[in-house]
Formats: sequence, C-alpha cells, structure tokens
Amino acid sequence: MMRFSTLLKYPADWMVGANADNSVVLTSRIRLARNLRRAPFPGWATRDQRSAALEVLRPAVEALAPMKDGFSQELVDLNSVQKQVLVERHLISREHAARGDGSAAVIERRQTFSLMLNEEDHLRMQAIRPGLELRSAYEALAALDDELEKSLEFAFDPQLGYLTTCPTNLGTGLRASAMLHLPGLVLSDQIGQVLQAVNKIGLAVRGLYGEGTESLGNLYQISNQSTLGESEDTIIRRLERVISQVAGHERNARAKLLEDDPDMVADKIGRAYGVLRHAWIIDSKEALTHLSLLRLGSDLGFFGHETMQLCDALLMDIQPAHLQLHSGRKLTPEERDSIRAEIIRSRLHSLPPPDIRPTTRNGENTNNPEPSGDA
Amino acid sequence: MVCDFCDKKASVFLTQLVDGQMKKVRLCESCAKERGVTDPTGFSLADMLLGGGTPGAKPNPQQPAVISGGGKQCPTCGFTLDDLRRVRRFGCADCYTVFRDELGNILRGMHKSPHHVGKVPKGQMEQHVRTQRLEELRTRLDQAVTSENYEEAAGLRDEIRQLELFADPQP
Repeated sequence: MMRFSTLLKYPADWMVGANADNSVVLTSRIRLARNLRRAPFPGWATRDQRSAALEVLRPAVEALAPMKDGFSQELVDLNSVQKQVLVERHLISREHAARGDGSAAVIERRQTFSLMLNEEDHLRMQAIRPGLELRSAYEALAALDDELEKSLEFAFDPQLGYLTTCPTNLGTGLRASAMLHLPGLVLSDQIGQVLQAVNKIGLAVRGLYGEGTESLGNLYQISNQSTLGESEDTIIRRLERVISQVAGHERNARAKLLEDDPDMVADKIGRAYGVLRHAWIIDSKEALTHLSLLRLGSDLGFFGHETMQLCDALLMDIQPAHLQLHSGRKLTPEERDSIRAEIIRSRLHSLPPPDIRPTTRNGENTNNPEPSGDA
Repeated sequence: MVCDFCDKKASVFLTQLVDGQMKKVRLCESCAKERGVTDPTGFSLADMLLGGGTPGAKPNPQQPAVISGGGKQCPTCGFTLDDLRRVRRFGCADCYTVFRDELGNILRGMHKSPHHVGKVPKGQMEQHVRTQRLEELRTRLDQAVTSENYEEAAGLRDEIRQLELFADPQP
C-alpha cells in the first residue's frame, strides 16, 4: 500500500488541469453515497458496529482494480495535519476528518478516485477530473459502484432509491459539482445575477472559501441539490448545460473587460503580480485574491499559459495544513503568512512581468495571442 | 465575545440557514478549525448543532436511545421518532420503512419528486418484485386453504416453491 508522503508528493492531474481546458471550469467532481443494507448508519452505530462495517467495506474497496497500489488508511492512524491536508486536497471531507474510530480513506494513486468509509454514510465515493468532465467522471465512478455491488449488499428501496443517512441524499445518492473560476463576472459586477439564476433552477452555488456570494479567489462551486426523482443522466445533463452557460458568460465577460477597460485589467493584474512577487507576509485571503488575478492574466495572454498550472498548484499548496506539512512542524498563523509568502515568491521567481500587449487596443497585431513573455 | 465551545476569544462568526431558520455560532480559531468551519465545502452548521459526528459537541448518543415520547421506534437499530425529529437523519435502512409516514413531510420540497428514477443495484429490483409476488401468492394460498379449494392451493404451492428456488441465496 502507498504511503502518505508518496500520495502527496506530486499534485494530481486534476489539480493543475493537465491535459484539459480548465481556464474557467477547474474541476468536475462526482460523489455517490451508499450504505450497507444490514448495518446501522455510521452516525448512529456504536463503535463496535462501525468497526464491523469497516471490516466488510474495506476489503471490498481495496480489491477494486483502480485501488491497486493505492493509499488506504484508518483515520485514527493519521495525525491532524495529515487529515487536514487530505481535506484541503478535497480527498476527504471535513466531516470525515473529524471522525476517528472505524473511519478510513482509500485513495487511488493518481487521486482521481477517493473513497471515504464510515463518513456520514458507510461509503462516500468520489471521482475528480480536470475541466468540465462530469459525465466521464460519473461513468468511471458508476463502474466502481457496479463492481462493489457484486460483493456488498447496498441499502436500496424501489421507491426511495439508495437509502442514505440524510434524506437530502436519497435516491441516486449523487452529488455532481464543478469548481469555477469567475473573475470576469465578478469584475464586471454580473456575478450576483448569474448566480441567482443558477440558484433559481434548483442548483446550489457556494463560494469555495466563503459563504454566500462572497467568495475568495473568485472561485465558486455549482452542484445539484435534488437527488431523488431524476435519473443520474438527467441531473448531470442539466448541470453540464448550466455550467457551460456560466462558463460562456465568464468568457464573454473577460473579453469585454479587456475591450472596454484594458487599463483597469492591466492594473489589477500588474498589481497582483507585484504583490505576489514581493510580499514577505501574506495571509490566505490576500494570496487567493492575487493568485486569482494572476490566473486570469494567464488566460488573457498577459503571461504564458503554463502560469495557470503554477497558480493552480499554489492554490493548493498555500493552504494552512499544506504549509505545515511542507515545514514539518506546527506553525503559528504569523509563521504561516511568512512561509506562504516565501513559497509564492520562490515559485514565481522566474515569472516575467505581465505582457501588456493584450490591452493595447490600437495595436494592429492583435492576431498574435501568444505573448513572448519577456516584454 | 467568547467561543460557544470553549472560553477562548471568539474570532469566527458563522450564520447559516438550517431548516429555514437562521442559526448563529461564535467560535475561537482553534474550535473553528477543529470543527471545519473554515471550509464550507464540507461543513454544515446543522451537523454541529445536531452533533452529527463532531467530537466536541455531543448530543448524539453512542447508545441507541431510550424512548422518550414519540412512540415509534425502529426494531432493527432502536432509532426513535424523537431522534428523527432531532437530527433529521435516519439510523439504518429499516428506519425508512418504520418512519415512512413521517418521511413524506421531510421530503416535501427537498427533491424533484419522492419517487426514485435512476440506477438500481443489479439484482435488487428483480428480488423486490419476487418478494412482492411471493407475498401475494401466500395470501392467496391461505385463502384457498381456508375455502378448501385444494386444487388451486396445490397450484399456488407449486408456484411459490418455484419462486423460492430463485430467492436470494444469502439471507
């Protein structure tokens, strides 16, 4: 079995958008909730009952072909920083991290599948892909589910579908979500309108790092709320349609900003670059705000396209537990802010200043989208 | 302003809509971190208020509860109607049969419809249909025997045996 340090050595493809268009939709995620037919749900089970359920679940999950040479750990065997790192990587949930006895995480080598055992439900399995790939993520996860059904008897009711601890997950047990980067809509003040429309058709929107419409890093998550009364296919199709529309609005907003107010865009991106390159103390909020603009700059041609991957890796690595893992010790918030700044500076060390050509409106050579990067 | 969970100074203030009601909680930095408040992707105030698995606040009993009013109780896991009202979650798969009447209210407005459409675990649907058919045949067998209609009873008995042969090998 894989060690924790090996699992975390490299960022997963989905974290940095390798081989995918992730400039607006960063990741797609599918989660399925399943429970054993004959065991009390984890939140109600006694410690012994939870352990008994784990003994049934764990061998079945570890035997899945993609989990070969994967990571498999009981949560009690991980320290709090390690658990927190898994949370920051979205490989386990906060709730799962808070559980101890009888809970385990089984994660595929490349971190594209992660299965939580004895979370709120006996089994929460998830697949993550870069870009807008809900359908392929679902298909991959459904195949795992089919495989597990051969050895595990899941709680299922013909009328209510898959039975879950919380009735909000009944039926398909499916939560499909995508993480979107929407700086264009935020800067052009259209975000409220767009998110409200998404909400109105029964989808949930949340800021990745903040509640409500206030979000850090202009990152938003859109997901389905209803899990019962519609097929997996219908849920995913609607979500993909809506997300494509939002992404389309975002692309238009970016293009329009560049056309209408190129100085403002250049100013924001230039300032973000300056702060990130030269800050010595930076909290996560400030870092996320500026990295978001740097990411936008990369999409708009102010930086080379590889800068986006750099930003995405940083978004992950500057989170508190990642910093502590990196330093190998517990850090005070003040120490975190210094180390965060240090990591950002070193990663951006060789990043040339923004190429302002995309904003020079009168320049005729707008047909040259690839900046040389050494303006 | 002190933390709702310990006596340290509160620095995180959280407001969330839980079941249509505004709930507010104050926390210090370490309690907030411990309870995952800083990550909205995995956090629900309902869980904290209702004790859904967080180690600190513990209204969630380890032992199946004593019946306190409510009356109904799941024979399989001991979950009561009061528990359901309190945590808005279920104790085991059988609870969904025991509390089927209450479920209607809970589900109202929550989902597209109260009838599952979508994936069915292979084999389970057939099994369900078979179980229902068996029940029906057994009732008819009883009636046939009572009315001394032995010819029909014999036919029904054969059909029941046939179906039982296909029944799930693992009980």
